[in-house]
Amino acid sequence: MTPPVLDFVPLWTIILGFGVFFYVLLDGFDLGVGMLYGFAPDLPSRNLVMNSVAPVWDGNETWLVLGGVGLLAAFPLAFVIILPAVYFPILIMLLALIFRGVAFEFRYRDAEHRTFWDHAFCYGSAIATFAQGIVLGAFIQGFHTEGREFAGSSFDCFTPFSMFTGMALTFGYGLLGAGWLVLKTQGELQDWARQLGRGCLVGVLIAIAVVSLWTPLMQPSIAQRWFSWPNVVFLSPVPIITAMLALWEWHSLRGRSEVAPFAGAIGLFVMSYIGIAISLWPMIVPYQFTLWEAASSASTQAFLLVGTLFLLPIILMYTGWSYWVFRGKVRGDIGYH
Amino acid sequence: MNLDPLLLSRLQFVWVIAWHILLPAFTVGLASYICVLEGLHFATGREIYFRLSTFWIKIFAVSFGMGVVSGIVMPFQFGTNWSRFSDATANVLSPLLAYEGLTAFFLESAFLGVLLFGRKLVPRWAHFVAALMVAFGTLFSSFWILATNSWMQTPAGYDIADGRFFPGDWLQIIFSPSFPYRLAHTVVAFYITTGFVVAGVAAYYLRRRRFVDEARTMLSMTLWLLTVLVPVQIFLGDQHGLNTLEYQPAKLAAIEAHWNTQNRVELNLFAIPDEAAETNHYVLSVPVLGSLILTHDPNGAVRGLKDWPRADRPPVAIPFFAFRAMVGIGLLMLALIAASWWLRARRRLFDTTWFLWSCMLASPLGFLAVLAGWATTEVGRQPWTVYGLLRTADSVSPSLTGFDVVLSLIGFAVVYLIMFPVGVALMARLARSGPVEPAVEPDAVEAGRPQRPVQALPSSEERISS
Ligand code: HDD
Ligand code: HEM
Ligand code: HEM
Repeated sequence: MTPPVLDFVPLWTIILGFGVFFYVLLDGFDLGVGMLYGFAPDLPSRNLVMNSVAPVWDGNETWLVLGGVGLLAAFPLAFVIILPAVYFPILIMLLALIFRGVAFEFRYRDAEHRTFWDHAFCYGSAIATFAQGIVLGAFIQGFHTEGREFAGSSFDCFTPFSMFTGMALTFGYGLLGAGWLVLKTQGELQDWARQLGRGCLVGVLIAIAVVSLWTPLMQPSIAQRWFSWPNVVFLSPVPIITAMLALWEWHSLRGRSEVAPFAGAIGLFVMSYIGIAISLWPMIVPYQFTLWEAASSASTQAFLLVGTLFLLPIILMYTGWSYWVFRGKVRGDIGYH
Repeated sequence: MNLDPLLLSRLQFVWVIAWHILLPAFTVGLASYICVLEGLHFATGREIYFRLSTFWIKIFAVSFGMGVVSGIVMPFQFGTNWSRFSDATANVLSPLLAYEGLTAFFLESAFLGVLLFGRKLVPRWAHFVAALMVAFGTLFSSFWILATNSWMQTPAGYDIADGRFFPGDWLQIIFSPSFPYRLAHTVVAFYITTGFVVAGVAAYYLRRRRFVDEARTMLSMTLWLLTVLVPVQIFLGDQHGLNTLEYQPAKLAAIEAHWNTQNRVELNLFAIPDEAAETNHYVLSVPVLGSLILTHDPNGAVRGLKDWPRADRPPVAIPFFAFRAMVGIGLLMLALIAASWWLRARRRLFDTTWFLWSCMLASPLGFLAVLAGWATTEVGRQPWTVYGLLRTADSVSPSLTGFDVVLSLIGFAVVYLIMFPVGVALMARLARSGPVEPAVEPDAVEAGRPQRPVQALPSSEERISS
């Protein structure tokens, strides 16, 4: 291989990091809304809850495709090691996403089996979320590799830690979903969303605390990174800002602000994401391969970069427009007489 | 028990892709059709186009949802089950897949929401633009995924180092030798498939004397389209076959069940290929016609399967029969279209019972031809995933056990067998209830969405009358 003339890896790290985060945020609130749907008090409110994401869920899930294919394109070695390693969580996620995806149309068209599709929507969202959490946990724990291949068993990814991260992500997406519903609904339904949001927030905070202790205990390199001098000083803003955000989130869920709960939930996700990135940097297959070792050829990265830098802003523009079209509270007044 | 992860992964791949392909086969065509209807409505203001568009958008919504969820499964297959394939080809193929996401999937999904629910929220031209963008998205998607597949069939523009492929020339990679043929033949197949569905639905209404105006418009429009496309498709198929003869001669030998390299070869109309004995039984064939079709010369030489070592030969029976099924369907379609010309000239198009029945029966034919065509293509490519360079056996993920794949295959089988029949039944129900909405939706309280296109009907009428 000829040595690359230009190093595209940092740029691709940013793009992919951004893409994955966008997925987590967008499908996060979307899946979260799906889970909370199961707790909705009655039929009209269930309709509103589902309507709040019906026009945008497909676009949100498209970021998952971009995340997967983007990983394949920019860091193929990571893709080919990680995907077989999390074979079953991925399978479960895909099957669950199928159910919750078709439930949007089917629930409405298939009145005889509405309860079934209600469950498909709610459990599908919850199971897909949990499976993504397992993937996250397995990723943080690292994989058993030989050469360029995953050499463990397909069941290695099921560990107490990954089960815990599954739970953690469930609360996290729940919180995002609650934030979204506060934004999109009013009155009693909004109070209900705030209440569920507070429950989720408690779960999220416990999860953040436990994961923050568990990972350094599990991985000496992570402990080293966070607790060695002077890192501990430089990195201290991360937990401090997280704690402040948590407080703000709690107050905004109790108060009247409609935007703050969603913004606070996003903030908490940003901080957790930064925390994980600090722990693992510069690994893309944790503890085995760095971003540079896993990168695709410079020609591949360059060819895709040209189009991506051109297309991504356009995508963000028209995606933004489609959100704009459906701005404001969910309009229960129009469809339902 | 001895479960082979390779065989099971192949079965799983076939299962998920074969279901997935049925949806693009319908949505690519339908998106364009809706776009044309929206455009006609926009340009002429005639309400019938509006009713038709609104009607087909509802069916589109169901099929598109299924297309998306079954599509999301696909790229993950490359990682979970075919990790060695992905490792070998990622540098070359991954940008094509990524560009599909960037140019197609986002376009479709972002504008889909506006197309389905936005009629009252955006101006009319913006709704038309949304329809246009969704249609373009489906076509871009076809472009990139078929570029990917064509490169696997006829690889070009690559270098090989350390057992992996590296990009040499991107234009050659995207426009690999079989790509133009495959793109044209497949997209036309999708339009034809949709055309026969629309014609079938129209014939159903005409038989029942419901929605007669709408049905006439649909039937007449689609039959004109098919009048052009079916002959074009047969021509494109012939060209595609010639391209296959040049670049994948072993596949072509399997399609034709030719064992020996000869001049003046016959065309086998029917036979039972016997791979063990390297011969055919119960042959019904036309002498010399094979050479004539394949080389356009009665004395032309055509290679037979015995030219390749057994380990490099594709299976014979599946490509042979699948190809005949596809061509048979193509000819059947042509016959039906020819009948429509004759009836149209005699002004009996809309009231000839046997013709309407034939149209109804023909509506699934496109799907069958698409599946048959793909089976020919993909099984004929075996035993390779990248033709002549990377074997299917060397493509599968090494960590998988047979047991793992049995579990996942059962999962996909069960879920798809719930989802697809329900989806088809719901689309059939929508089709039966027809393009006119009752004044008050009986089910309106239950609506699973903020605003359904159907509710926009009165407001559009207002707009037209004002
Ligand atoms: C409505 C669908 C339809 C119809 C009527 C036909 N085809 Fe087709 N055919 C397809 C839909 C299709 C397809 C599903 O789209 C395939 C699979 C892969 C591809 O490129 O197109 C295909 C593949 C395919 C191939 C395989 C190429 C390869 O993989 O190397 C050949 C040789 C033909 N077709 C030839 C024909 C001929 C001679 C037809 C004339 C009657 C015909 N097809 C009708
Ligand atoms: C256009 C995008 C497509 C791509 C990139 C693609 C890719 C692949 C790959 C990687 C395999 C190897 C796995 C295997 O051998 O089983 C395969 C096999 C196969 N694919 Fe496709 N495929 C595509 C479209 C389709 C479609 C639309 C069908 C529809 C029926 C199809 C049918 C098959 C079949 C039948 C095999 C198995 C052949 C065998 O195992 O004997 N493929 N394809
Ligand atoms: C000839 C083969 C194929 C064609 C023409 C095709 C085309 C399409 C189209 C038009 C859609 C939009 C949804 C719909 O129309 O129902 C779609 C969805 C999708 N397809 Fe395929 N597809 C093919 C095979 C594949 C393969 C092999 C993959 C795997 C890489 C794949 C991945 C996807 C994904 C991920 C989606 C969902 C995208 C979204 O979120 O909107 N497709 N496909």
